[in-house]
Amino acid sequence: MNCPYGVRRESQKNMSLLQVRDLKTYFYTDAGVIKAVDRVSYDLKEGETLGLVGESGCGKSVGALSILRLIPNPPGKIVGGEAIFEGKDLLRISEDEIRQIRGNRIAMIFQEPMTSLNPVLTIGLQIAEALELHRGFDKKGARGEVARLLRMVGIPDAERRINDYPHQFSGGMCQRVMIAMGLSCNPKLLIADEPTTAVDVTIQAQLLEVIKELTSRLGTAVILITHNLGVVARHVNRMAVMYAGRMVEVGPSVEVYAHPRHPYTIGLLASVPRLDQPRKERLVPIDGQPPDLIHLPPGCPFLPRCSRRMERCSVEGPELREVGRDHMVSCWADID
Amino acid sequence: MTGQYIIRRLLIMIPVLFGISLIIFTIVRVIPGDPAVVLAGPHATKDVVDQVRVQLGLDQHPVKQYLLFIGNIFKGDLGASNRTGLPVTKEIMARLPYTLLLALASILVATVFGVTAGIIAGVKQNSKFDYLSMLIALFGLSMPVFWLGLMLMLLFSIKLGWFPSVGAESFKHLVLPAITLGANSTAIIARMTRSSMLEVIRLDYIRTARAKGLSEKVVISRHALKNALIPVVTVIGLQTGTLLGGAVLTEIVFAWPGIGRLLVEAILSRDYPVVQGVVLVVATMFIFVNLIVDILYSYLDPRIRYH
Ligand SMILES: Nc1ncnc2c1ncn2[C@@H]1O[C@H](COP(=O)(O)OP(=O)(O)OP(=O)(O)O)[C@@H](O)[C@H]1O
Ligand SMILES: [Mg+2]
Repeated sequence: MNCPYGVRRESQKNMSLLQVRDLKTYFYTDAGVIKAVDRVSYDLKEGETLGLVGESGCGKSVGALSILRLIPNPPGKIVGGEAIFEGKDLLRISEDEIRQIRGNRIAMIFQEPMTSLNPVLTIGLQIAEALELHRGFDKKGARGEVARLLRMVGIPDAERRINDYPHQFSGGMCQRVMIAMGLSCNPKLLIADEPTTAVDVTIQAQLLEVIKELTSRLGTAVILITHNLGVVARHVNRMAVMYAGRMVEVGPSVEVYAHPRHPYTIGLLASVPRLDQPRKERLVPIDGQPPDLIHLPPGCPFLPRCSRRMERCSVEGPELREVGRDHMVSCWADID
Repeated sequence: MTGQYIIRRLLIMIPVLFGISLIIFTIVRVIPGDPAVVLAGPHATKDVVDQVRVQLGLDQHPVKQYLLFIGNIFKGDLGASNRTGLPVTKEIMARLPYTLLLALASILVATVFGVTAGIIAGVKQNSKFDYLSMLIALFGLSMPVFWLGLMLMLLFSIKLGWFPSVGAESFKHLVLPAITLGANSTAIIARMTRSSMLEVIRLDYIRTARAKGLSEKVVISRHALKNALIPVVTVIGLQTGTLLGGAVLTEIVFAWPGIGRLLVEAILSRDYPVVQGVVLVVATMFIFVNLIVDILYSYLDPRIRYH
């Protein structure tokens, strides 16, 4: 308890905050069963930032929403796995218990700031709600705290804007409100699902800076979902790459960025502009389309688009295996 | 929503009512049947009929008649009934409270039952309650008013004797007509509320509310309901307008002394001043209801308030 700050911080960093194991979330539709998330596993340590990347539709949002059990049911259902957070399996605790965690221990902010806020309620009320629910504020006390939070995320003239409605804010400002809401109860984990895709580039950078600055100050772990690898590399400690509902590569972001081991990660990296390399002649997108999640072939789902395919790949799908320190890949090929 | 806006809306009413007065003035004169003939009786001689026509002022040029009609309106005078000779305003004022009472009771019934059923059906989609209430709503939509009125009367007055069948002497007399008149609106409001609820419940901000850890009760009552009710308020307003003017059948079935029945009586006897007066009054109420709806709307939806 009385250890020096730096040491405590160090030991905290090594404690596991969230362990996701074999998470499976399926959607039961008329067309068939969509395996949106299929046996996904990853770990997150306290205060760590994890970037979750992958093409549209690969299951990033569903995977994140599953942790908070916010999957619309029907048609969705979490059919297997566990998500251990602070010693509890989030997928098995009662509805009341998961509500204690939502917005309190784990907060989430979403892709579309404008539609993610209720248009008929003031932003002050929408932030105060969480404070009253989880931190025992009364109406009056919450007001002051809301103003403090709004100032914290850089909203000018915070006191006056408490009674404003979402439509009176720009997209970027709405996302700042969402960030204030997300951090209002000092969560241990903030899940940011593509928080910047709906705003323009300069605002994107500012928002990411706000998230990064505040979460590192508060010691909040972050799962940052994005399809922009450039964003991830600069802002996260670790990186997880998803493809067709599966995890294909996880590792320290520096390592994955410098030495990607999965053909899909290599393809993704080749398709974004990189600052650490001389300007390439041309960006190369990955050929082909992501597979139909209802009719996944046996074997590796990336096979049809893969440049390193082998006979074995069409027979059995590879599992995640360790290829470096804390670096896992699911691919049969040995790529260096 | 400013006072200025409301004043502007009230000013717009003037040309609208002018238009309506012109239309109804024309229509009553275009439909076949001569008021003088009706009033003079089937055996009257041509002389008598002509005399009656002069008495009614119908021998004058239509333009002159219209100008007189409009001029009198500004004096608060809607003319006198052909049949009774009483001022039209008096005839209407004697009947209007009954119509207002019936319409308000009906819309109250329709709103309470329609909104409640719609919310539960929407929140518990595909439940037994959902199926049952929507089935009943379908009945409510397709049932002719007079048939429903007669069936209710048959069951609750004649068989069970719980409520009187005709008349308007007590609160008990109000129950069956109000249910009959409100049935259709109840169904419409219930279906609208349900579909609006279903739509709202899957929007992003509802997910945000859930992600905050709010209980389902708070998510529905605080976050979903207000949004879901915005389109419902419009429907309730329109229904109120319809009920005010559309109580004719119900009033006839239950011998309810409202202006719907007055209108029918007036049309049958070609009582031009009464027909014109009733239509103008109903139109005015309709416009007022719409104004109230718009004001309510702006309280529910801040995006409108600030424009
Ligand atoms: N409500 C739903 N009903 C049916 N299928 C769904 C539903 N929500 C998601 N899915 C399916 O789950 C898969 C994964 O969706 P998800 O939203 O997680 O993708 P994503 O990786 O977040 O993509 P994006 O980058 O576009 O946000 C998709 O292929 C989609 O078809
Ligand atoms: Mg997504």
